[in-house]
Amino acid sequence: MSRIVLQESRCKGCLLCTTVCPEELLQQSQRLNASGFRVVETNRENGCTGCAFCAEICPDYAITVYRSKKGAKEPAT
Amino acid sequence: MSGQPQADERVAFALPRTMTGASLHFCPGCHHGIIHRLVGECLEKNNLGESTICVGSVGCSVFIYNYIDVDAVEAPHGRAPAVATGVKRARPDRFVFGYQGDGDLAAIGFSEIMHCANRGENVTIVFVNNTVFGMTGGQMAPTTLVGQRTTTSPGGRNMNTDGAPLNMSELIASLEGTAFSARVAVNSIKNIKQGKKALQKAYRAQSGEQGFSFIEFLSACPTNWKMDPLQANEHVGQTLVQRFPLGVFKDIVE
Amino acid sequence: MSSKPGPISLTKGNEAIAKGALAAGLHCYFAYPITPQSDIPEYLSKHLVERGGEFIQAESEIASVNMLLGAAACGKRAMTSSSSPGIALKQEGISYMAGSELPAVIVNISRGGPGLGSIDPSQGDYYQATRGGGHGDYRTLVLAPSTCQEAYDLTIRAFELAFYHRNPVVILGDAILGQMKEPLKEWEYQPNTEREAADWALSGAKDRPSRLIKSLYLADEALAGHNERLQAKHERMRQDLDWEEYATEDSEVLVVAFGSVGRIAKSSVRKLRSQGYRVGLLRPITLFPFPEERIRELAWSNRLITIENNTGQMVDDVRLAARNVADSAFFGVSPGRLPSPEDFLQPILEVWEQEEARK
Repeated sequence: MSRIVLQESRCKGCLLCTTVCPEELLQQSQRLNASGFRVVETNRENGCTGCAFCAEICPDYAITVYRSKKGAKEPAT
Repeated sequence: MSGQPQADERVAFALPRTMTGASLHFCPGCHHGIIHRLVGECLEKNNLGESTICVGSVGCSVFIYNYIDVDAVEAPHGRAPAVATGVKRARPDRFVFGYQGDGDLAAIGFSEIMHCANRGENVTIVFVNNTVFGMTGGQMAPTTLVGQRTTTSPGGRNMNTDGAPLNMSELIASLEGTAFSARVAVNSIKNIKQGKKALQKAYRAQSGEQGFSFIEFLSACPTNWKMDPLQANEHVGQTLVQRFPLGVFKDIVE
Repeated sequence: MSSKPGPISLTKGNEAIAKGALAAGLHCYFAYPITPQSDIPEYLSKHLVERGGEFIQAESEIASVNMLLGAAACGKRAMTSSSSPGIALKQEGISYMAGSELPAVIVNISRGGPGLGSIDPSQGDYYQATRGGGHGDYRTLVLAPSTCQEAYDLTIRAFELAFYHRNPVVILGDAILGQMKEPLKEWEYQPNTEREAADWALSGAKDRPSRLIKSLYLADEALAGHNERLQAKHERMRQDLDWEEYATEDSEVLVVAFGSVGRIAKSSVRKLRSQGYRVGLLRPITLFPFPEERIRELAWSNRLITIENNTGQMVDDVRLAARNVADSAFFGVSPGRLPSPEDFLQPILEVWEQEEARK
């Protein structure tokens, strides 16, 4: 399974990532980071395909994407 | 979930090594961050990190050197194409790019960008068009849309007194010194991919010494458009593209 | 600076400056046409390009000074030239180069002002050159040649000073200097320009951290610290003070005049000396730094008269230098009128009479 790690301190709650996730995994949480932004969170444990669309559009480089090696889909670049 | 790759994982997406990784000062939803990263990716992909000289401008992107880790010089407002010309003439063996906003390039710097292109300088200019003077608080810019309200066009830009917005990519494409001129956006994955292609073409234009290369990025400015980031992102794809159509306006790059 | 004497040629002041720049290892030159300095771009458009240098006739004086900024940021010996109105357009760029600590040479072959003024000689740009015509507390070194040979020599010196101090240097000439022809002895020397900027110039961050040439200091106290460093640099520039003195050993009236007027006034002083008047001349060659100590010293034993081709600018610095010791009379030939040695005889004699009456 692939997954993303969101660096909450960098997230500004702009939600652009939520518009591009093919699996609609991302939503705004109720939590505020130190800067007072309501950060993004994943709404369920799995489903991430590692496509990295969220990371591509994130203006603040808050998302790192990990893809499992076993038969992982090549990212479309 | 730990931030490190597990045994059976690899990092599928991370920040290019040509970037400092510093967190950005831009407003939430501002597209500058995306465009900075596309530039960083292009530099990394063509391993230009050690041979690039960046010419910054005066505007929201004045701190580009805090985010892209290359040699850089600050140009006075509007003058980046002239500074880039001086840099490229001094060091023709270096990759030289300028990064400017619409106030910087299309207002005070209009003469410099047109003549830099007309001379066919082998430099690349990344032009970020968000239709306002951002850093100074959202005043009307040469690319402000007719009817668009800004802090200096409170009743909306008036065609009779303020004229129409300037389509820079088309103007620059009409100059013989231009090898590549295109307009792209970063409001969707599809457009981001086009943006990467355009940057790659610009790199090839410069490295192949085929003349001036220019990429206009339409960009969201939620704060000064008085929209939330999602509305602003939408505005780019729905409204801006009507006046500023995406596409390649000149491409003679082999 | 190893050098061997080169050919002697009858050369215009403007071309002497261009030749001096080439002798100094000029690599990039950016300019725009304007009378009375256009011989400089005309000469360099041929001879700089022949030597493999970069020549651009830019779209404006503003563009050319910014091209200069870019080339200087890469540590290359680069120059621009213009005349008064064009130099006014370059002031922001010069302020940026001072703030970014960049070496560059800016040549002003002054003409009459204000506005379109005239193409006559003028020294009306003295304040602009010596006080910094742009914004902020910066200074440029200012060199004022009075002969074609000096114009050549000072252009070479200007590059040495610019790179030593990492600061813009202004050569302040005028239409007389620019347009007159005199014998010129050229020095062919190969300055070692390769390494002179190696530790700061932009070249691409290879095997070193990336470098930044900037003048923006937004953090608290940051600009204050930067300005203090610049002020210390302006102090260090005092070591490069230069002036000429003539017949001041026993003078009782001292004429202070620079550039072309300094040369014209020398003829006046020579004439008066031949008539037995103990008159001397001090001609500042560096206008910044200004030779204030020496003027102050001479003020103890001389009555002072400042002579300029403007309505009174350097006279302020002379009075500042001699404050509490002596005042300075002033005689100005306003731009639009060509000064001659005879014009200065009466004004100097009036000061002489005051000196005699005092005894």
